Amino acid sequence: MLEVIIIGSIKVIAVVSVLMGGCAYATYLERKLVAFMQHRIGPLYAGPWGLLQPIADSVKLMFKEDVVPDKVERVAFTLAPMLGFIPALLVFAVVPFSSNFTMFGYEIKGVISDLNIGVLFVFAIVSLGAYGLILAGWSSGSKYSLLGGIRGTAQMVSYELSYGLSIVGVIIIGSTLSMTELVEQQSSILDWYIWKQPLGFLLYITCAVAETNRCPFDMPEAEGELVAGYHTEYSSMRFATFFVSEYAYMIAVSAVATTLFFGGWQGPLLPPIVWFCIKVFAFMVLYIWLRATLPRFRYDQLMGFGWKVLFPLAIINTMATGFWVIWMDGIN
Amino acid sequence: MREILRAIFDVVFRMPAGFVVTLKHLFMKPVTLDYPRKKEEMVPRYRGLHYLERYDDGSERCVCCGLCAAACPADAIYMEPGENERGERYSKVYEINTLRCIFCGFCEEACPEEAIFLGREYEFAYGSRNEFIYDKEKLLVSHPRKENKFKKIYRRVRKAYGVPEINQ
Repeated sequence: MLEVIIIGSIKVIAVVSVLMGGCAYATYLERKLVAFMQHRIGPLYAGPWGLLQPIADSVKLMFKEDVVPDKVERVAFTLAPMLGFIPALLVFAVVPFSSNFTMFGYEIKGVISDLNIGVLFVFAIVSLGAYGLILAGWSSGSKYSLLGGIRGTAQMVSYELSYGLSIVGVIIIGSTLSMTELVEQQSSILDWYIWKQPLGFLLYITCAVAETNRCPFDMPEAEGELVAGYHTEYSSMRFATFFVSEYAYMIAVSAVATTLFFGGWQGPLLPPIVWFCIKVFAFMVLYIWLRATLPRFRYDQLMGFGWKVLFPLAIINTMATGFWVIWMDGIN
Repeated sequence: MREILRAIFDVVFRMPAGFVVTLKHLFMKPVTLDYPRKKEEMVPRYRGLHYLERYDDGSERCVCCGLCAAACPADAIYMEPGENERGERYSKVYEINTLRCIFCGFCEEACPEEAIFLGREYEFAYGSRNEFIYDKEKLLVSHPRKENKFKKIYRRVRKAYGVPEINQ
């Protein structure tokens, strides 16, 4: 029993620290990539090629004054960053990052918690992140924040359904909700679910961008219109928490996409964890590439897109997959 | 239905074009510079901060004729004549107010002694206005500069192409 607890704690600590480092360096990656795409150089001064920039940023944010404006709802204002941050971390509890391996004579599972309803857990938890955003927008007592919060709510309502439905196809084909089993089913590159569910994958990635409030769906923080949207009134570490949680969400959503559609840690030659990191990294690059390419949607366009395009497509995809599976069963 | 078809069309045909554009730009040379560490090499005819030239033997070229001051459209040059121990006229005081200066290069063109030139220095920033007034101590070069050759030719070319001469 004690062994289980100790191994579990070590795994949790390792995953969280790698995740935090990943978040920090995701900001660096984003700044560099977007800079290159815009013919700029990006951060250069902290360390070689600006590699210490994320550390400098976090130190700066930590030492900044924590301003709490007069008109905020204090409880919700304090709670909001945490509510936004915790779900992003929780997702990693069920994401399998490696195959089972042996270390110091112990058989260790490549996942923190092998839930048999892992996929459901992920989608339940990811959606909770919107509460942080909405509460932050409402409790700040500022018009920009409130508008950001309202947009966040509208966005969540329009995307959540398609987001959930987009992976139903994978679940139908895999006939399991466990993340580890889904990964084990995709042992070779031809077994990846992206080949069986291309539309599902497109829907998933679109909704995931909206879910994480990234460009081109970054309405809640549209810096051109709403100053900084829902986190306008936040400063210091509270702001940093929002900032980090955005990147943690990106990584979480990428990790889930890797697991569901790209075979998770499966891959030849290299150790499984390296394959997992490479795939997640590719998704992060895709996110940043999206940001550098597409302009922001308008508020009404976004809702229309969510309800009139994504939702019907998700339903069609789900139904088609269902019929396909039944038909194949009938043939066999 | 129309919206769905349009969205599919956009995703399949139009969005990849946008992605290709950003991908192309990813590999282009950046237009910005790692400035204080790497500096732009100025073109030879760049008109930057002035300097006063010397003869090869080390004596000053400027004879304080005042033509540069007369040519100056911004009225940035102030000079006072003096006489050295050999009985030659020279400028005792020669000041250029670089805040007034518009770096047009007329002084360079007007100078009959080829004494004043506009160099390629462009980084001069100070905390107070007084420091922008360049006196002889700052303007006069310690030894003759080689880059003048080009400047002289360029000046003649400009004259040949009919840049108006300053009336004496």
